[in-house]
Amino acid sequence: MENVILSGLEQGLIYAFMAMGVLLTFEMLGFPDLTVEGTFPFGAAVSARAVVEGLNPLAAVLLGGLMGALAGAATGLMHTRLRINNILAGIITASALYTMMLRVMGRPNTPLLAYESVYDQVLGWFGLPLSHLLIILVLALAVLVTCYGLGWFLSTDLGLAIRATGNNEQMIRVLGVNTDYTKLLALTIANFLVGLSGALASQAQGFADVGMGIGVLVAAIASVILGLSICGRRSVFYMLAGVILGSVFYRAILALAFRLGFPAHDFKLITALLVLLILTLPLLRAGWKGFSISGRGSTGRGVQGGSGAPDVRGAGQ
Amino acid sequence: MIRLTGVTKRFFAGTPNEVTALDDLHLEIGPGEFVTVIGSNGAGKSTLLNAIAGLVAIDAGRIELDGTDITAWPVYRRAAFIGRIDQNPLASTAAEMTVAENLAMALMRGRRRGLARAVTAARRQVFREALAAVGMGLEKRLDVLVRTLSGGQRQALALVMATLVEPRLLLLDEHTAALDPQAARLVLAITERVVTTCRLTTLMVTHNMEQAIRYGTRLIMMHRGRIVLDVGREEKEQLTVQNLIARFVAVSGDLFACDRLLLAAP
Repeated sequence: MENVILSGLEQGLIYAFMAMGVLLTFEMLGFPDLTVEGTFPFGAAVSARAVVEGLNPLAAVLLGGLMGALAGAATGLMHTRLRINNILAGIITASALYTMMLRVMGRPNTPLLAYESVYDQVLGWFGLPLSHLLIILVLALAVLVTCYGLGWFLSTDLGLAIRATGNNEQMIRVLGVNTDYTKLLALTIANFLVGLSGALASQAQGFADVGMGIGVLVAAIASVILGLSICGRRSVFYMLAGVILGSVFYRAILALAFRLGFPAHDFKLITALLVLLILTLPLLRAGWKGFSISGRGSTGRGVQGGSGAPDVRGAGQ
Repeated sequence: MIRLTGVTKRFFAGTPNEVTALDDLHLEIGPGEFVTVIGSNGAGKSTLLNAIAGLVAIDAGRIELDGTDITAWPVYRRAAFIGRIDQNPLASTAAEMTVAENLAMALMRGRRRGLARAVTAARRQVFREALAAVGMGLEKRLDVLVRTLSGGQRQALALVMATLVEPRLLLLDEHTAALDPQAARLVLAITERVVTTCRLTTLMVTHNMEQAIRYGTRLIMMHRGRIVLDVGREEKEQLTVQNLIARFVAVSGDLFACDRLLLAAP
């Protein structure tokens, strides 16, 4: 059980960066950005190559993020300048990135275990040994700083313009915002986070692989949906915190499934069922409520308890 | 103030469904004028407002503001001087953002948006005063999501947003049409108060002839993309719904007769 929690936390925090990026594009901008399937492994590939070339791991991870940002900008420019459909623009970039990561690494897979990782490096600053708990601590701090930074940014005049672009594009244009610019900016920031996430994942698992990106999008969407259903949408900070929690919960569920003996290739099915379940939960809840009340009404059991009456009245309103 | 010269807009051009929404239209509005626009369905009223706001690209003609040609300006560039409210209460506000956030966006209309905090204590005070002025109690609901407001409240908020930074031109596109009669009356009363106290140059489209006569300093009637009647303040005061309808029928009857003539000609 301890392993499940530790693994959920570590993986969940690494993927939380990506989930925050996906929250920004899918949820706030209303832009289903499929670039991220390519950006995630691309960030890993760039950082892996940089580490192999002797760049220090932290700089390599940041470089992975920056290259991800460029990929996001490419999708943004395709959509805003060349007027390419948003989904298609993302697919085109993701496809191009596949070749680019092969070119960057020179092969489909780059092992990193022989090199110092970003976690070794950061813990080394404080003279601390490498352990899962300390890695989690470092990641948690990084996630919190990012969450705060993003939350602050989305509460500025510019951040509001980005959120309004997804909420009511014509309105914010009438209020003087060039929405091509806000879309480009949001895609760049989101893909920076996704690239960062990929780089951090490769550093944790000790290799970068071109196949790393397969299925990360649905996992991120699962985290976002899970998070929003936990914390709601009261404010940007609630949404960001929810998505981080969602990411941790999601990874913990997968770790638990693994521990229960499910093989790794079942995870996609588990994810699909999980997403489906969370999305239909409000509907099911309403269904159950309706069922129990009508059941009560027909059997007359409502008379037994004092609590029955207000329930029925509530349903009538 | 604003001058339209030979403005033409066709939808579905080159197809059997071609519609000429604006047909070589000329219009000049002076500063401080409150113009009401009436006309039947498809007369081009909304297209006229959208062309001025930049939401619709015109096929021919020229739009000038204080002598500057703005014909090619995109919507967001014209925003610096235009406030606009749509007929759909959902269109002029952002539903998933709070009242304060909506107002903060309106406060920055036409200005460069940077990394300053959008909703500050000082700004909240400004918002509260602006909302209190419309008397709908919205000043107590700064932090609720706009989606929880009623249609009337949303249009009142839209009006506050459009006038928070005084626009040089206010465009109202049947902004009370989707409201129930009581909310419509209230929003119209607020509109008139705001427009007259700030002496805003305003174009207000309406379906309601009585409203068109009662409000504003000038009335124009559109038919098939043209202005067929233009009534100034003195003459407008003498108008009644009956004689406005009579003139409307006379004008459109004229055109109808012309059509028949054309069809009969060969």
